[in-house]
Amino acid sequence: MMSDQLLDIEDLSVTFPTRRGAFIAVRDATLSLSPGEIHGLVGESGAGKSTIGAAVMGLLEGAGHISGGTVHFRGDAISGRDRAAMQALRGKKISMIFQDPLTSLNPLFTVGAQLVETITEHLDLSEADARKRACDLLDRVGIPDPDTRIDQYPHQFSGGMRQRVVIALALCSEPDVIIADEPTTALDVSIQKQILDLIRSLVDEKQVGVILITHDMGVIAETTDTVTVMYMGEVVERGSTAKVLGRPEHEYTKSLIAAVPRPDRKVERFPQISYGGRETRFAIEELARDWPKTEAPDGPLVEARNLKKTFLARGGLLPSMRKYFTAVDDVSFDIRPGEVFGLVGESGSGKSTIARMIAGLYPLDGGEVIFDGKRVSGADAATLEDFRRQIQMIFQDPFSSLNPRHRVDAIVAEPALHLGVIPKNEVDDRVRDLLEKVGLGADAAVKYPHEFSGGQRQRISIARALATQPRFLICDEPTSALDVSIQAQILNILKDLQEFLGLTMLFISHDLPVVRQMCDRVGVLKDGRLVELQATEVLFADPQQSYTRELLRLMPKTDLLSTDGLQAV
Amino acid sequence: MADLSTSAPTKPGRKGRWARFADSDFFYSFKRSPVAVVSFTVTMLLVLSAVFAPLIAPTNPFDPASLNLMNGFTPPMEPNAFTQESFLMGTDDQGRDVFSTILYGMRISLFVGAAAVLFAMVLGIFLGLVSGYFGGWTETIIMRIADVQLTFPSILVAMLIFGIAKGFTPVEYRDQMAIWVLIIAIGLSDWVQFARVVRGTTLVEKNKDYVAAARLIGRSPWAIMIKHILPNALSPVLVIATISLALAIIAEATLSFLGVGAPPTQPSLGTLIRIGQGFLFSGEWWILFFPACTLLALALSVNLLGDWLRDALNPRLK
Amino acid sequence: MLSFIIRRLGQSLLVLLVTGLIAFSMFRFIGDPIDNMLGQERTIEDVERLRTQLGLDQPFPVQYYRFLENAVQGNFGVSYRQGRPVSEILLERAPATLELAAVSGLFALGLGIALGVFTAIRRNGIASNFIMSASLIGVSLPTFLIGILLIYLFGVQLRWLPTFGRGDVVDFGWWSTGFLTESGLKSLILPAITLGLYQMTLIMRLVRSEMLEVLRQDYIRFARARGLKDRVVNFRHALKNTLIPVITVMGLQIGGIIAFAIVTETVFNWPGVGLLFINAIQFVDIPVMAAYLMLISVMFVGINLIVDILYVFVDPRLRVDSAGGH
Repeated sequence: MMSDQLLDIEDLSVTFPTRRGAFIAVRDATLSLSPGEIHGLVGESGAGKSTIGAAVMGLLEGAGHISGGTVHFRGDAISGRDRAAMQALRGKKISMIFQDPLTSLNPLFTVGAQLVETITEHLDLSEADARKRACDLLDRVGIPDPDTRIDQYPHQFSGGMRQRVVIALALCSEPDVIIADEPTTALDVSIQKQILDLIRSLVDEKQVGVILITHDMGVIAETTDTVTVMYMGEVVERGSTAKVLGRPEHEYTKSLIAAVPRPDRKVERFPQISYGGRETRFAIEELARDWPKTEAPDGPLVEARNLKKTFLARGGLLPSMRKYFTAVDDVSFDIRPGEVFGLVGESGSGKSTIARMIAGLYPLDGGEVIFDGKRVSGADAATLEDFRRQIQMIFQDPFSSLNPRHRVDAIVAEPALHLGVIPKNEVDDRVRDLLEKVGLGADAAVKYPHEFSGGQRQRISIARALATQPRFLICDEPTSALDVSIQAQILNILKDLQEFLGLTMLFISHDLPVVRQMCDRVGVLKDGRLVELQATEVLFADPQQSYTRELLRLMPKTDLLSTDGLQAV
Repeated sequence: MADLSTSAPTKPGRKGRWARFADSDFFYSFKRSPVAVVSFTVTMLLVLSAVFAPLIAPTNPFDPASLNLMNGFTPPMEPNAFTQESFLMGTDDQGRDVFSTILYGMRISLFVGAAAVLFAMVLGIFLGLVSGYFGGWTETIIMRIADVQLTFPSILVAMLIFGIAKGFTPVEYRDQMAIWVLIIAIGLSDWVQFARVVRGTTLVEKNKDYVAAARLIGRSPWAIMIKHILPNALSPVLVIATISLALAIIAEATLSFLGVGAPPTQPSLGTLIRIGQGFLFSGEWWILFFPACTLLALALSVNLLGDWLRDALNPRLK
Repeated sequence: MLSFIIRRLGQSLLVLLVTGLIAFSMFRFIGDPIDNMLGQERTIEDVERLRTQLGLDQPFPVQYYRFLENAVQGNFGVSYRQGRPVSEILLERAPATLELAAVSGLFALGLGIALGVFTAIRRNGIASNFIMSASLIGVSLPTFLIGILLIYLFGVQLRWLPTFGRGDVVDFGWWSTGFLTESGLKSLILPAITLGLYQMTLIMRLVRSEMLEVLRQDYIRFARARGLKDRVVNFRHALKNTLIPVITVMGLQIGGIIAFAIVTETVFNWPGVGLLFINAIQFVDIPVMAAYLMLISVMFVGINLIVDILYVFVDPRLRVDSAGGH
């Protein structure tokens, strides 16, 4: 055993007993970590990457246990140690950072109290010295005015600041190893960059080793020195980041890398490298045959005029006591027939609100929406019904967009039935036909949503949206809850819908690389205002506004990634 | 655990409803839990014997013709000194067979309990859906009322309603109306639980995208509430209904025991215990003991079932 | 924070006005107060005099205002059944109920929280499984049955403790206490256990489930990941978060104790206001019912106000008026 290694994981297996037999979450995983190294652990959901982190910490949930292999810390075996021994090691030698800074801190204690208790637990310091050290730590992780903020409660910090506090907590006792489980997934891209930079500088300065668990290839490419790729509980490839991402050897790694949307080039379609039977056919040509041809209007199909939306931030009995928050402020744009129009922005920029205003789900506080030359905001029932027949929507979360208590056939049929687009007696056939065409098979009709994976559910959503044969499709972050390989499939489908059916789309996303792949024109939103509107390629090549430039600069670089199989447009 | 099935679901073909139920995790955890099986069996046994009381009971205790005062105070399983008749659970002061009065009493207890819960459930679901979905003033008013009512313990609310109703009904109708007043009193005191849970679920569900998808196509609020949201609120409602049934049975027994519930002409288990209490200290223990045991068995088995249901329908808690 | 408490005060006042309206409506509309107060032998003059005296010839809002005015001064009229001022009867009975409620409340809270925490931390231990099963029997046993059981066991069979009344009491002005005599204390034991047992099991089960919920939170996992000892995690981090929802319900439980005092007082013939109320219901003695309702609602509103203020002390998120944050 090499003693200069901080952490040596050898042939680690983790098993969760379940009703239908033992579930092996991790099988024979091997990896090691040296001082000053950031080791990426990457994979899609169910790959077992978080389980490895929890196993090292001795924090496996429920009945999960290490069923094989060893974990050595500085040459000493720590797997199989008892509770007390692990607790002495945790936080002192090995620390952990969790995904969600909102829930990682106890809301009832000041950040100072939480820091001090952790410091005095591990170091032999007086209360006053511990407090001083806590201030230093807060300063170190970049929290301004630590002397004041140390006495504040977690809810008084923003998300990014909270994650800094979490990192300060992980640093309390100068640990040798930090396990960071998706530390930036819940954060905006600008904050993500800051947190990753902070982790990098800590590693360089204190020579700690970091295991960075993430699903995001961009984060891996930008931050890590070495990387381990996992698939379904097994390590498939391991090596230096440059080598694994640039010249992948395993088929799965290749398929994963090919599916990553690149910020620097637009591809025609994502290459479909089949791995593990995950490719499913989408019968776009057959769908296109039966699609009604509609006359495209000369002008724009959708016009948004001076949209405005305010939400109540604080209620009050008297109108003067109420506080409002302007979510969308004087936003105007046109969507031309047959184009994909993108809206991009960070969380809270108002992009989803705009989508829902156009869909008629939120009443407007100002402005108007015009569809196919007719004003639909505040229109009469007949106009609205006509409008509803022509638009459909695909939502972000495939788990909440399908009613778990309804059968798939009922879900897909509901819009078409309610709007009277299809005669009642033909509905069954149409639904089965659609499910067949989106690649789920007619059998799917009699199942319930929980029997499907995220990607399959998104196909059900697409089938539901297509059942009314709409002209305009609103996609509200349609792939941000999906694994990258599934995202590639769904994005390909959406591209097909535009190209073969001539669907007009409004595409909402926070993910600039995805926007570049999908959209013809893009609007950039900041705090409810449209700051820039440009043709996509122009925007990426030559951004005019400083905010846009900043957003583009903060995108994780993917230069390292292999470009095999990518066909640029 | 994240879902792992990226390929097509493994179970090929479709099964019947019953087969799918038998294969479900719900039924599996039921089979695995002896407490659940036993409490379900006992509950069903008690409910069935209450429903079929006229067929099972050896005598009709409320038919004056079948009563023989000579049989009064017969201890259980012992022949009466005068008539040589023997009774499984003995007789009370008027010579009524205790076993039969229990069966008939349980009928009343269960009927009042079930009807009160049903009433509370319908009212609570309606108000919960409406306040959760529409929000605004509707919600404020309904939930304020709920808060205020919650401040007052339900048994007190029930007593008060009973007292008020008693004041309004003419003396000669009081006994006849008592059962219905009880149902309304207990039901009105219990709707808040349902309303709160349904409102909570509604608040969560109405922000889910499947509701947005339904609104997108112009479905009416009522269709969304009933067809989309309500089915998702049914599991917690079922748990609360079960636990409420136990509470309602106990509440009814308590009110009747205090003399503000079921009248002696239509005695429930609580009334029987009230009657039996007087004889406990003079040695005729069985007049109290058997109704008390039945009440405990009923409340306990329903409670156990509700407790198990809550765990089974909320796997997170395991 | 101040606005929060002011809002709560306003709400409390509203609740009192509404219960006052209910109490008044009971008094005014259930039966004819005049019929109830005058016997069979009466003259038209008597009726008229009483009608004016009671203000029944005034418009409804004026009558309601008068009623409230009288209620604030502790004047609830005369009991139909006993013919004495209701306030006098209530005052005489109140100490008995309050002493009983206080003792059983302390018993229920102390034991309930301790056992709840214990069963949550040792969630799969033999002892906590036993306690949980026993608690279900506790929840299923109606209070009156517990009372009868205790009377039969300790009073009739073992003859250790008295089974009815308060024993000897010592008077301090209008307050009479049973705490200072041996028989008073002995008499308190069985009723207090009877009344507290059901609430205790409820509190215990609530504390347990809330604590289990808290123990699943991310910040608890993170606290463990920081290497904090189990003791610190359980009793510092988890317990404080558990208390927030528990405090609310405890307010309600104290209300429950006062309500179930009616049952306990009936079983043990305890001379408190609960027994008075149940007799009032049986005899439709409306002034007593109305006064009891008002008294109880003042108490409940008071308890809830205290609970709300406690809340602010435990939860910093309520202390800061949405300052800072994002």
